[in-house]
Amino acid sequence: MNYKKSIGIAGNSGGKTRSDCQVTIEPADSGGIVIDLKSKVKVLYGTDIIKQIHEILGFYSFVHAKVTLIDSGALSWVIAARIEAAVRELIDTEKTYLLPRNAKVIQPTVMDRRRFSRLYLPGNSPSLMINAFLHGPDGLILDLEDSVPPDKKPEARVLVRNALRALDFGNAERMIRINQLPAGLEDLNWLIPHGVNLVLLPKCESAGQVLSITGRIEEIKQGEAIDVPVWIMPIIESAKGVVKAYEIASASQNVVALAIGLEDYTADLGVRRTGEAAESLYARSVLVNAAKAAGIQAIDSVFSDVDDMEGLRNTVKRSRAMGFDGMGCIHPRQIPVIHENYTPDAEEIDKAKKIVIAFMEAQQKGLGVVALGSKMIDPPVVKRARKTIAQAIELSIIENNWYETRSL
Amino acid sequence: MIKKYDKLVTNAAGRIVPTEINGQATVPYLGLGKYKPEGRKFAPSISSCVDYPADGNKLVPSLRDALIKSGLKDGMTISTHHHFRDGDLLANQIFDIAHELGVKNLVWAPSASFPCHEHLIQYLEDGTINRIEGSMNGPLGKFTSNGKMTGLAVLRSHGGRYQAIQDGDLKIDITVIGAACCDPFGNANGLNGTSASGGLGFALADSQYAGKVIVVTDHLVDFPCVPWQIQGNYVDHTVLVDKVGIPEKIVSGTTQITKSPDRLLLAEMTARFCEVTGIIRDGFSFQAGAGGTALAVGDYFYKIMKEKGIKARFARGGSNLYLVKMLEEGYLDYILDGQTFDLDGVRSMATNPNHLMTTPFTSYNYHGKGNFAGIVDVAILGATEIDLNFNGNVVTHSDGYLLHGIGGWQNCLFSKTVIIPIPLFRDRIPVIVDQVTTLCGPGELIDVIVTERGICINPLRTDLIEKVQGSGLPVLRINELKDEAERICGKPSKPQFSDEVVAAIKWVDGTVIDSVWKISDE
Repeated sequence: MNYKKSIGIAGNSGGKTRSDCQVTIEPADSGGIVIDLKSKVKVLYGTDIIKQIHEILGFYSFVHAKVTLIDSGALSWVIAARIEAAVRELIDTEKTYLLPRNAKVIQPTVMDRRRFSRLYLPGNSPSLMINAFLHGPDGLILDLEDSVPPDKKPEARVLVRNALRALDFGNAERMIRINQLPAGLEDLNWLIPHGVNLVLLPKCESAGQVLSITGRIEEIKQGEAIDVPVWIMPIIESAKGVVKAYEIASASQNVVALAIGLEDYTADLGVRRTGEAAESLYARSVLVNAAKAAGIQAIDSVFSDVDDMEGLRNTVKRSRAMGFDGMGCIHPRQIPVIHENYTPDAEEIDKAKKIVIAFMEAQQKGLGVVALGSKMIDPPVVKRARKTIAQAIELSIIENNWYETRSL
Repeated sequence: MIKKYDKLVTNAAGRIVPTEINGQATVPYLGLGKYKPEGRKFAPSISSCVDYPADGNKLVPSLRDALIKSGLKDGMTISTHHHFRDGDLLANQIFDIAHELGVKNLVWAPSASFPCHEHLIQYLEDGTINRIEGSMNGPLGKFTSNGKMTGLAVLRSHGGRYQAIQDGDLKIDITVIGAACCDPFGNANGLNGTSASGGLGFALADSQYAGKVIVVTDHLVDFPCVPWQIQGNYVDHTVLVDKVGIPEKIVSGTTQITKSPDRLLLAEMTARFCEVTGIIRDGFSFQAGAGGTALAVGDYFYKIMKEKGIKARFARGGSNLYLVKMLEEGYLDYILDGQTFDLDGVRSMATNPNHLMTTPFTSYNYHGKGNFAGIVDVAILGATEIDLNFNGNVVTHSDGYLLHGIGGWQNCLFSKTVIIPIPLFRDRIPVIVDQVTTLCGPGELIDVIVTERGICINPLRTDLIEKVQGSGLPVLRINELKDEAERICGKPSKPQFSDEVVAAIKWVDGTVIDSVWKISDE
């Protein structure tokens, strides 16, 4: 074999690394596969790890090599990803070493499902991925873009691919954030076959970009016979993107939400991002309006101070009042605060109930006009009230049969 | 040469244990509440005040002088305490002095050991110290597991240590009590001075029963030193030194609740379990730990209590800012403090009459006329392993190495409900196993395991199983939890042990519940 390099390295070790490993492969001319394993779980899984190394190296036809694996308790899908990534540093190959899927079936998601929270998971940090679903986000994003340093992009692709196959997602929508185009198109080739519900397209500035990824996704889906829909959430992160917001939002049937990224947007404007967020008021307003005009969800930017729960709470309240349907988060502790504050409160639900009851009664009586007390209720108000009620039922705040069981 | 151990038998828990340890006959574990010793307690010899300075000044110039005056010689048992935790400067000095004096074959009987005591390994190697009876943490545990200790190590709980000293199973020749504050007569407390550590409860047994009692301080006050957590009437010598401990390693300035989302989730699930099962109710009591998860559980309790206007009668255990806050805001009538973890705890104990120091005698001693532990409604504890029979391990890890002491863990198992919140696996190490590596607590006493992927309730607790129904909490059977861990981590291999015992694990009644085995050389 001809090797691209003399040593292939992938993964992380040392310091506070947990649930990860670092693999070093040095091809040799003779001596077979020689393994040096340093693992905190050597007593429990040493034999399994050594077997796994032999199996994967055999799969890629390595006969002679020195392999060093420094392990801080990586699960087998992480170890496999690291070995494969180290192999790919040495050779170009079409072969992918896949472990069995965890989920037998990838559940499709509906276009307008609840998307209050979506949790970003750095694509090269397995320790943050393993329990993420337990915190109950509406979406889990395996991120290949900003959270992965440029030199780690190739190994992160392998890791995220294995994560898509191995991780528990619970009720969370399976999301990935790809790199900016054109690199993002190659990310799609890697990941779409392994169970993706939604793709976040960063730094989107045109409808054409949306169409280029929907086109690529369709090709892959056809090739792999995938029938689960893959939705698109473009992220607007520049002044130009804001100008094109409606065009982007309505570019494809598969665009289900439009998100805004304020770190990059404020950088683009050359201003500081503030708590009051006056500098982005225009952009956020435009984005909400564009999304609603296209009949899709508007999703707010992440709140970056994970210790400031009060600040987060205020931001979510403002965000919801502006018309946003959800926001991103970077720490699991933000999820309950986000959910709590996007959820309609008791007063709102109460009012919505009264409106729906008045509407139902008016219908029963064959009245064309809905009235609550002396106030006339317009159809859009009824529509909003019904949406609030539907959300409250979905969140188990009120019972499905609340109307039938209401006190008269 | 005394044999490390002899006459192995299988005890009532099915574990192989020695019945002769370091030349002394011991009883194998007989089952819960089965062993009742007869006879009288141990008693030190009678002292006369004529042998002590009439003016009450028992000061000697140095720790070395105090040890020599106490008759330090080969084969003695020397005890210390862990009030200074990882900031302790005394234990290492004692054995430095013993080494200089050429004294051999000592037994070190600490109430707990810390990483700072790694220094003592050289003395375990050169014969100054024969063995440790107490706890072996980190490097000392590894040393023990590798079979390098000359004598057989003995591990006891905090309550078990009191029991052993009281019953004469563990005879202390000289105890050195480090105190943040004392007077020349020997009255001492841990409340004042730069090395303040809170209560000195762990030293009570030693002060009462040791042959010679030395109190060492770096903050000497005129008689009387009050409150006298340790009474000078038990004390032979007092010593003033420059520094007894490193303050920042003794107590933390402020206690921080964990920020780990996974631990917070465990804590939240635990508190919610206590809420739906009615454990949190007016007048309830709880054991408060200082570990990351236990601390967070306490804070979730506080939130629930505040929301519902519930007040607790008392909290027992380690005190810290969060418990003090509950006490001061009226959500708690009393703190029964076994160990003080931060400066807020120290301040509160010094100034609030409802914040009381407790000792292993009052809280945990199994051979007494009752036991506080059973009065506590709920104890939140940790574990390194739990097995399919709910047996718990806190001293060894799944790789077989001894790494922790028992602490008050065994004693707390007697509270009305014992809940163990633990991650289902740590990195790749499953916590639920077929059989615990080392048995520290029998499964009959462990009621609930809370993991991030499900809660399981001991089938013996049909009352809890009933109460939790319809709560929406994810309740699983323990074998389902184990299968889930193995699905994620893979099925682990067992560590390879040799057939040599390196340590004995004592149960709260002084019987031997299990053995720790030497790790096989690779």
